[in-house]
Amino acid sequence: MEPIRIIRSRTVVVAKDNIDTDQIIPARFLKVTDKKGLGKVLFSDWRYADGGVPRPEFVLNQPAAQGCHILVAGDNFGCGSSREHAPWALVDAGFQAVVSTSIADIFKNNALKNGLVPVVVDRASHAAFIASPGTEVEVDLEARTITVPGGAKATFPIDGFARYCLLNGVDELGYLISQEESIARYEKDAPSRS
Amino acid sequence: MEANIKPRTLFEKIWDTHVVKPETADTPAVLYIDLHLVHEVTSPQAFSILRERGLKLRRPERTLSTMDHSTPTTPRGADGRYVYGDAQCEAQVAQLSRNTADFGIELHQLGGSAHGIVHVMGPELGATQPGMTVVCGDSHTATHGAFGALAFGIGTSEVGYVLATQCLLQRRPRTLLVKVDGRLGAGVSAKDLILAIIAKLGVGGGTGYVAEYAGPAIRALSMDERMTVSNMSIEMGARAGTIAPDDTTYQYLAGRPKAPSGKAWDAALARWRRLATDEGARFDREVSLDASTLEPMITWGTNPAQAIPVTGAVPDPAQAADPGARASMESALRYMALTPGKPIMGQPVDVVFIGSCTNSRIGDLREAARIMRGHKVRLRTLVVPGSAAVKKAAEAEGLDEVFREAGAEWREPGCSMCIAMNGDQIGRGQYCVSTSNRNFEGRQGAGGRTLLASPATAAASAVAGKVADPRRTGEA
Repeated sequence: MEPIRIIRSRTVVVAKDNIDTDQIIPARFLKVTDKKGLGKVLFSDWRYADGGVPRPEFVLNQPAAQGCHILVAGDNFGCGSSREHAPWALVDAGFQAVVSTSIADIFKNNALKNGLVPVVVDRASHAAFIASPGTEVEVDLEARTITVPGGAKATFPIDGFARYCLLNGVDELGYLISQEESIARYEKDAPSRS
Repeated sequence: MEANIKPRTLFEKIWDTHVVKPETADTPAVLYIDLHLVHEVTSPQAFSILRERGLKLRRPERTLSTMDHSTPTTPRGADGRYVYGDAQCEAQVAQLSRNTADFGIELHQLGGSAHGIVHVMGPELGATQPGMTVVCGDSHTATHGAFGALAFGIGTSEVGYVLATQCLLQRRPRTLLVKVDGRLGAGVSAKDLILAIIAKLGVGGGTGYVAEYAGPAIRALSMDERMTVSNMSIEMGARAGTIAPDDTTYQYLAGRPKAPSGKAWDAALARWRRLATDEGARFDREVSLDASTLEPMITWGTNPAQAIPVTGAVPDPAQAADPGARASMESALRYMALTPGKPIMGQPVDVVFIGSCTNSRIGDLREAARIMRGHKVRLRTLVVPGSAAVKKAAEAEGLDEVFREAGAEWREPGCSMCIAMNGDQIGRGQYCVSTSNRNFEGRQGAGGRTLLASPATAAASAVAGKVADPRRTGEA
């Protein structure tokens, strides 16, 4: 993974609340055995009419959305299934951060493992993002801040270890493997637990 | 010294015994995983990680796999081969066979005697046990919490981590107590109870929490019913939903192939009996409801919290105080093409699906058969058992005959029309009363409209040809 520090981009806004992972990527696209190229089916049922014809009214199909790396979405983004295909599709489509008032647990965990920064902001800041789609904003992962349309900065929570991994472009697997001694000791010492 | 020990919840007891390395400000806890369930959809890329990095599977004996999402629910053809929904489905299933063979993982193949939906199979084999940590690349892993296990869904990267290290990095979640007093009325099921709980808490109301379901109404439930409740914890955002083990749990487990036996059983029982939440233990949040006030529930919208009693009317967004909630309701009603204020009962239906990891166990099929017996279904009705063992048990009781005589399709086990990956799906604009867990847009097929309900309500609706109250089937 590439290290991430600063993300600068215009925003693209899909204001709906409770966008579930079946909307982010419908289940019929989960039959793959690799993770490449899923960006083209991101939000597939909202983006395309029957026969794969793009719906011009959907925001991701509009010229202003091209080249945007920051998605602003409604409350409880990513609820539903554990499919990591959801962040894979977002990342493959060029997104590096998702901004919402809350983000579902499993989606958030999956996002962090793929260089997609979950940015949870307060309601007032969120309202400013929703009201000003296309504004150029900056996510500073080191400072845990995002610039809000209008000029203020909001801070966002992110687990320190996940942030370290993103800043350094490393994944958790290396750390877990380095814990081998502790794991082996646990397996040897722990009384029958189940 | 006993008096000085801080009372702990079931969750805390399981968490504490599985911490390999405690969490600090800088690092999450290293948590040991007792049982890892694997299926074909969320595992291929994880096995690729192992191959790319030259890693071995750490604990094959703690790993158990099956194929369920992409598999057909039609029987083998005359040539002995299964007909898959498409080549991708077949390739994905073949990849799982290759991966499990290469890494030495127990696999329950399509057609095998222990094959089934992963969350039906694990408990049936006795692999899911009280006090365990259980994970799977599947959000409905919460199901296994019904046994007093800490069970939660993970993504594919984490599937790879568990394959390689048998551990995960976790921050300790908050705890939520859902206390259910009273008793469910006649014709009101565990599915109705969990739909009512989700409606009360909201689709994101459990985010960040591990739920525990407790109280007399929960104690009265069978294991099949408890699994239905725990299964849908994720539909309110809670990754896990536990129920303390008791005699109902132990009776279910006794004699199962992977359950302990002999002296080991006695020792396990002694441990399991200490798991229940201690008197005076504190939860971060507590909610309660009275089971005796509940009616059969059905969803009208596009998330599982948008549920009403089957005797109720489609809600009116104009009544919603919060603009966000109003917008969600309006969007859901547009998609569902339902009219505010109109009773949901009598809504025409095109398809009924009875199955999924929520409601495909023998108790669910008995309920559906009880309603369908002696009636004909008026619309396409699929009954899909959760496992080969459920199918066998249902056939031994003659339930398959009840379904066939009613005109329903009796299928082979699998996830089927819950997720519509294998070719079992509904058409654009069709309404389906479904015993599954998600009514998201397009979940059962692009453009399809799902109304979630219990097996009894689904069966009653199949017989009536429209949304019906299972307490009234047979009335003129």
